[in-house]
Amino acid sequence: MAKIGVFICHCGENIGGRVDCSKIVEALGEHPGVSVSVEYKYFCSDPGQESVKKAIRENHLTGIVVAACSPRMHEATFRKACAEAGLNPYLCEIANIREQCSWVHSDKDMATEKAIDITRSMVEKVKLNNNLHPIEVPVTRRAMVIGGGIAGIQAALDIANAGQEVVLVEKEPSLGGHMAQLSETFPTLDCSQCIMTPRMVEAAQHPNITLLTYSEVEKVEGYIGNFTVRVKKKSRFVDMQTCTGCGDCYTKCPVKKIPSEFDCGLGRRTAIFTPFAQSVPNNPIIDKDHCIYFKNGKCQLCVKACKFDAINFTFQDEYLDLEIGAIVVATGFQVQDTAMYGEYGYGKYPDVITGLQFERLASASGPTAGKILRPSDQKEPQHIVFIQCAGSRDPSKGVRYCSKICCMYTAKHAMLYTHKVHGGKTSIFYMDIRAGGKGYDEFTRRAIEEDEASYLRGRVSKVWQENGKLMVRGVDTLLGRPVEVEADMVVLATAMVPQPGAKEFAKTIGIGYDEYGFYNEAHLKLRPVESSTAGIFLAGACQSPKDIPDSVAQASASASKVLALFSKDRLEREPVIASCNEATCAGCWGCVLACPYNAIEKKDILDRSGKVIKQVASVNPGLCQGCGTCVTFCRSNSIDLAGFTEKQIFAEVMGL
Amino acid sequence: MSEKFEPKIVAFVCTYCTYAGADLAGTSRLKYAPNVRMVRLPCTGRISPMFILKALQKGADGILISGCHPGDCHFTHGNYHARRRWMVFRSLLDFIGIPTDRVKYSWISAAEGVKFAELINTITEEIRALGPFTQYHGLIEETQSQASL
Repeated sequence: MAKIGVFICHCGENIGGRVDCSKIVEALGEHPGVSVSVEYKYFCSDPGQESVKKAIRENHLTGIVVAACSPRMHEATFRKACAEAGLNPYLCEIANIREQCSWVHSDKDMATEKAIDITRSMVEKVKLNNNLHPIEVPVTRRAMVIGGGIAGIQAALDIANAGQEVVLVEKEPSLGGHMAQLSETFPTLDCSQCIMTPRMVEAAQHPNITLLTYSEVEKVEGYIGNFTVRVKKKSRFVDMQTCTGCGDCYTKCPVKKIPSEFDCGLGRRTAIFTPFAQSVPNNPIIDKDHCIYFKNGKCQLCVKACKFDAINFTFQDEYLDLEIGAIVVATGFQVQDTAMYGEYGYGKYPDVITGLQFERLASASGPTAGKILRPSDQKEPQHIVFIQCAGSRDPSKGVRYCSKICCMYTAKHAMLYTHKVHGGKTSIFYMDIRAGGKGYDEFTRRAIEEDEASYLRGRVSKVWQENGKLMVRGVDTLLGRPVEVEADMVVLATAMVPQPGAKEFAKTIGIGYDEYGFYNEAHLKLRPVESSTAGIFLAGACQSPKDIPDSVAQASASASKVLALFSKDRLEREPVIASCNEATCAGCWGCVLACPYNAIEKKDILDRSGKVIKQVASVNPGLCQGCGTCVTFCRSNSIDLAGFTEKQIFAEVMGL
Repeated sequence: MSEKFEPKIVAFVCTYCTYAGADLAGTSRLKYAPNVRMVRLPCTGRISPMFILKALQKGADGILISGCHPGDCHFTHGNYHARRRWMVFRSLLDFIGIPTDRVKYSWISAAEGVKFAELINTITEEIRALGPFTQYHGLIEETQSQASL
């Protein structure tokens, strides 16, 4: 027999002044199942809570309803009071008669009537509430960081330096990501490799970091604290234990003219190669698509050159299944394919290049050893035109968003060029100069004032070749007239877009993404580094275009989230989750389709001989977030949601 | 019942957006018609068409379903399920002869207190104009068991 306690709070005048509380007390006092119905000025105060606890103990209440403010305000308070009085905290319900009644209605009689309805309906619900207990799940204290660019390295180092194990997975043969490709970095013009390579080495040598390069995440199963991640370690055909990275193999390799990915096609590499001189690890890999041996079984010059017998063409891909507690996704970005801007002549004229290619030209370790030379004739250009927003902020052809870094790196390019080629001229077509950031506006001003970059506000309509020169036609909107500029080289500030396959990868690991393929944070402002899936965090440009300081800051933020997670032995979660009645489940899998979290698995029901009789749905309590979509989907009413069961809601509706 | 017909409207709302929006209407002290009774659910995806029928059967004159805007669902896509379910359920309602304009569907975010108050006023007037819903009232005695489907 239900013994429900009803506590009507006046909230001073907030409720007491607008609804007739004694009437509610009276109405609920007569309601079946209610043993206590009282009012008080402030139930949330200490004496108020004490009186609730006393009432629970003295009357052996089986549930309570506090008619007061919003449950978002004081549900936790009264649940705690329940627990202290020996009642399961989930046997407490809040009737919201302040925010949704007394504060919004002026007619006292009708407001009172409504307050009675609301309270009565909660009484009907609480009669059917069950004892619930927070779910506890163990935590595997090992993090995985996916992506070995600056964000991934930062996150891995932060976690590892706090004493926790990290598995750092990079799909390329070397750590470094895009930052390793850059020449100098804004706004300080310090050399990118000088600050990046020590961090790469630190990550590779850290005792708490297991580095898996040339590896990809294939599958993520499980839930916060308890993921199982399958990583494919692609074969390098070089034994990393015996290889010393001496480089004899690639000097002997006869296939020498493969465009280097690291140099954005401006340099050449061999079929057995390291992506760049400072690669970490510096063991080479064999590019199967270009290697002569893999084509016709001949050559093997590298094998002969290797003094350590490290090369073996029979090595296979390996698969590792790792137990992981938390994941940081730092998969980065790519520069947008400029092919859709046919009018800019990218691909048609060799001297129209992207910003990233310019970085390689300006880099001391690049194909020209830091000299700015035209790809077509290796001559020094005397006038460079930069085109900003080549893809960004262009809803008609490119992407709608601002790529954030291009204004800064274009200013940097103009500066680097004038520092290297004295007397060289630069013209920059821009839409707006967006230089928000510490030292950023000062930096772009320096490009204009000291390095005499000529900024032209307007877009470019066409680039074509005439008498060995590139002609750039655009508009100067400040002067209000079309302009034509003669250039030796054109650099496009192409948009930053998600990695190829970013959306598929998001599905593999089970996180959300936006229309472009950037990964969604749980809340844009308040939870910017958490993904929508508990235990998976985001860092760097995989979430949105970011510069280096922002990427590093976000990486450290995710690392701190991971460490907070690892600070506990067991995780406690709200027990509002779904569960399935295996006796009635017919295995139609409607719930599996409905579940946004892949929390529902198929479970075999076996008979005594171990034969599978049927398959039923089984909810993983660690993954379930308690939305209840599966409950509504279930055709046989087999799934129900604790705290919001079908019966409870029907009772609530009937009580209204 | 008073001389003027006061409709009873049952609202099924998600706790993350519309319930929070209603709380905001409260904290902003906006005034709206006292005819609505809220049922708080974790997500609009949790709203079963049976709840709506039950409410109509119990004597509700109108129903409101409201949750997060498309794309804003706390549970990533519960509201899309709710929307799709509503599209199908609406034709069923139509088929069994329940006027679909008694069931309202709306997106209200946690920031839209004003929109919430305005919506409640609008639908209260709309339902008032439709008059009391009597089609199901007799059925309540037949289905005594509150939880039976």
